[in-house]
Amino acid sequence: MTMTEDPTTAPSYKWVGSRSVRPDGLDKVTGKAQFGADLKLPNMLEGAVARSPHAHARIVSIDTSAAEAMAGVHAVITAADLPDLADAGSKTDDIFMSEKILARSKVLWEGHPVAAVAATSREIARAAADAIVVVYEALPHVLTVDEALADGAPVLHDAMITRGVEPAPEAASNAASRVVHERGDLDKGFADADTVLEREYTTKPVHQGYIEPHACVADANQDGRANLFVSSQGHFSLRAMTATTLGWSPSQLNVTPAEIGGGFGGKTTIYLEPLAVRLSAKSGRPVRLVMGRDEVFKATGPTSGSRMKIKMGVTNDGKITAAEVWMAFEAGAFPGSPVGAASMTAIACYDIPNFFVEGFDVVCNKPKVAAYRAPGAPIIAYGVESIVDELALAIDMDPIDLRLKNAAVEGTQASYGPEFPRIGFVETLEAIRDSEHYKSPVPEGYGRGVASGFWFNIGGNSTATVNINEDGNVNVIEGSPDIGGSRASMALFAAEEFGISVDRVSVKIADTQTVGFNDVTGGSRVTLATGKVVIDCCRSIKEDLRRRAAKTWDCEIDDVEWVEGQAQHVSGTETPLSLADLAAKAPRTGGPISVTQSENVRGAGAGFTTQLVDLEIDQETGVCRVARYTTAQDAGKAIHPSYVEGQMQGGVVQGIGWAFNEEYIHRSDGTLDNPSFLDYRIPVASDLPMIETIIVEVPNPNHPYGVRGVGEAGIVPPMAAIGNAIERATQCRLNNLPMSPIALLDAINRRG
Amino acid sequence: MITVKFSASLRDLTGDDHEVLVDAPTVRRLIKVLDERYPGIGERLSEGTSVAINGEILPDALYEDIPDGAEVHFLATLAGG
Repeated sequence: MTMTEDPTTAPSYKWVGSRSVRPDGLDKVTGKAQFGADLKLPNMLEGAVARSPHAHARIVSIDTSAAEAMAGVHAVITAADLPDLADAGSKTDDIFMSEKILARSKVLWEGHPVAAVAATSREIARAAADAIVVVYEALPHVLTVDEALADGAPVLHDAMITRGVEPAPEAASNAASRVVHERGDLDKGFADADTVLEREYTTKPVHQGYIEPHACVADANQDGRANLFVSSQGHFSLRAMTATTLGWSPSQLNVTPAEIGGGFGGKTTIYLEPLAVRLSAKSGRPVRLVMGRDEVFKATGPTSGSRMKIKMGVTNDGKITAAEVWMAFEAGAFPGSPVGAASMTAIACYDIPNFFVEGFDVVCNKPKVAAYRAPGAPIIAYGVESIVDELALAIDMDPIDLRLKNAAVEGTQASYGPEFPRIGFVETLEAIRDSEHYKSPVPEGYGRGVASGFWFNIGGNSTATVNINEDGNVNVIEGSPDIGGSRASMALFAAEEFGISVDRVSVKIADTQTVGFNDVTGGSRVTLATGKVVIDCCRSIKEDLRRRAAKTWDCEIDDVEWVEGQAQHVSGTETPLSLADLAAKAPRTGGPISVTQSENVRGAGAGFTTQLVDLEIDQETGVCRVARYTTAQDAGKAIHPSYVEGQMQGGVVQGIGWAFNEEYIHRSDGTLDNPSFLDYRIPVASDLPMIETIIVEVPNPNHPYGVRGVGEAGIVPPMAAIGNAIERATQCRLNNLPMSPIALLDAINRRG
Repeated sequence: MITVKFSASLRDLTGDDHEVLVDAPTVRRLIKVLDERYPGIGERLSEGTSVAINGEILPDALYEDIPDGAEVHFLATLAGG
């Protein structure tokens, strides 16, 4: 279902908003699509990585001689084969990135790479990696923010002084930084409230769970250049990071994007790429590196575990008067948790006059976290949307009415600073309130929960080229890896602009030497930003086509208009010229028809969602079944509704897994106990009902078609919505994720 | 003149100043003026910061023009998944 802001005034389109066949579908269902591990080159070697068995240890020595002596082994590398960026005076973040790729003096988590091998087979490479002798001096470890912030905790980085604290601490600690947002008078705000609740929540690290493991093929040349074929969310960013780690210039690398089997933020950074390039350079042969699933879990970034303390006050008539939020997020081995974004999104849905939000970025002995869909927002929303629901229960108010009463609208000063432009939060609340699902009675034994979420969405740098072929068909060349249907969206934009069938548009994602720079596919930015440059290319070409038609007819360009795929003379005296006609005349009217556009695109539109879940709860076992789920999300404008619905459903499904099952479970020695999909359980189709979608369309005024971006906001509310449903059915509030059957049964038993 | 509103994370440098009026036509010039008034803030604002001008959040905004009468906020750089 789609709910447009004002259907009577909304523009009508022929192609934008249609459900065209996905352009990558045929190659994927026939097995032709090339993913990261699919490339095979002549003489290619297979790689393997030797990893730390310890959560925290000093490296005393590394002996690679046995591995190097093995038949079939062609190269072995350690950190000594990469430049020491600390010695080079590089930025701290780059030094940390390099140490993430290969440990230099200490290992900081189980799975931290210490060496890599290239050999004639994967089996030989694995055996050689296992033959590398590393002598460690084990160190005490910290696995959670509680352990990392405790007095006397072992410190991971001796020089880490907490940023954002005044005066600056004298001693190093595991707290990398502190962020604060505040407004108003907190004491007065709580004094004005009739009900004040204070709660504490924890969450565990969870992985993005992409099905395709990290994989790449590197082929280094003798001239100091290399080709890299890799599955990622941003081959330009990977080029830059890989080059920095190698001490190279980005131009020494050409990176070709493979098809991607899921990313969700986790493929915006590097793990294998510098190792593959260095092994290839050292062996003189192409090298392929592919992670196993256990390596994906142990050595790539999940999102943070956390502890949160939230206090919130409300009047009896439903005005939230104050909020105090404290949160500490695990960053893993190096600083960089999404606590900054979490602190900005925490209460962004609401217009609260008095608040204090404080967040800490905390390192611990786990893999460095990576981005995961709306990074940070789902974690803090679990706490905030849970306590908002408890406030509604406490004052006996409908949870949607309470949210409507406090909802941020156009002109509200967001909790993180600026005023919101036109946003669609209220519309998502109204869409759920007015849905058949919300109006239906809650079945006996079921619980019904509501929660909302916010994500910024971003713009950023994009480049595209649009070429008109001799037959009048259109090629779009862009550089944003397609993880959510962007090729279909770009084709629809071009078809709409030119007024031609979408079947006549092909879209290619080009390598780093073929197309200009593009930021990562992340932040829900590609349909907005890359779409904007594709639209601009098409509009420039249409101007050029009108000029060429005017030349053909010996008239002024203003006498020519572009209507439904052809140039027409305003007088109607000339036979219209189609795109194919003009393409055929191109050599005589100015040459090939092509435009390239690059832009740092502004004007991203904030995204909001409200979600509703019905749970069937077995109070004898603690098992919950998602019986019905409806999500309403403001897309601005749905360019391809099927993909938009898919993004909305995908976010919800990942959130359902986060709510019930998913967690990193560590043993007391700091090693991961569940590095497989058998023991780390993500939802499968049989766990779920069809997720019902309501696409809300409140157009973003800063985009030609009103696009906001839809890839991330959907994952923000599910954990709170499910927790709220559980409480309403069982009177048990679960304040720790995951809300497993064991946890719920324990709460039910304690309730009595 | 433009109005600059400081987040609490900058108060260690701006003290009790929650907002100031500044005459600056670009973000670069604004940071320079602020650094003269609050020594050290220039370094903080030049890296890892987005700028919101009249509500629109702009990454990489150092050379962005600021219209007269605008409201400006400095925010953490945003990334996504």
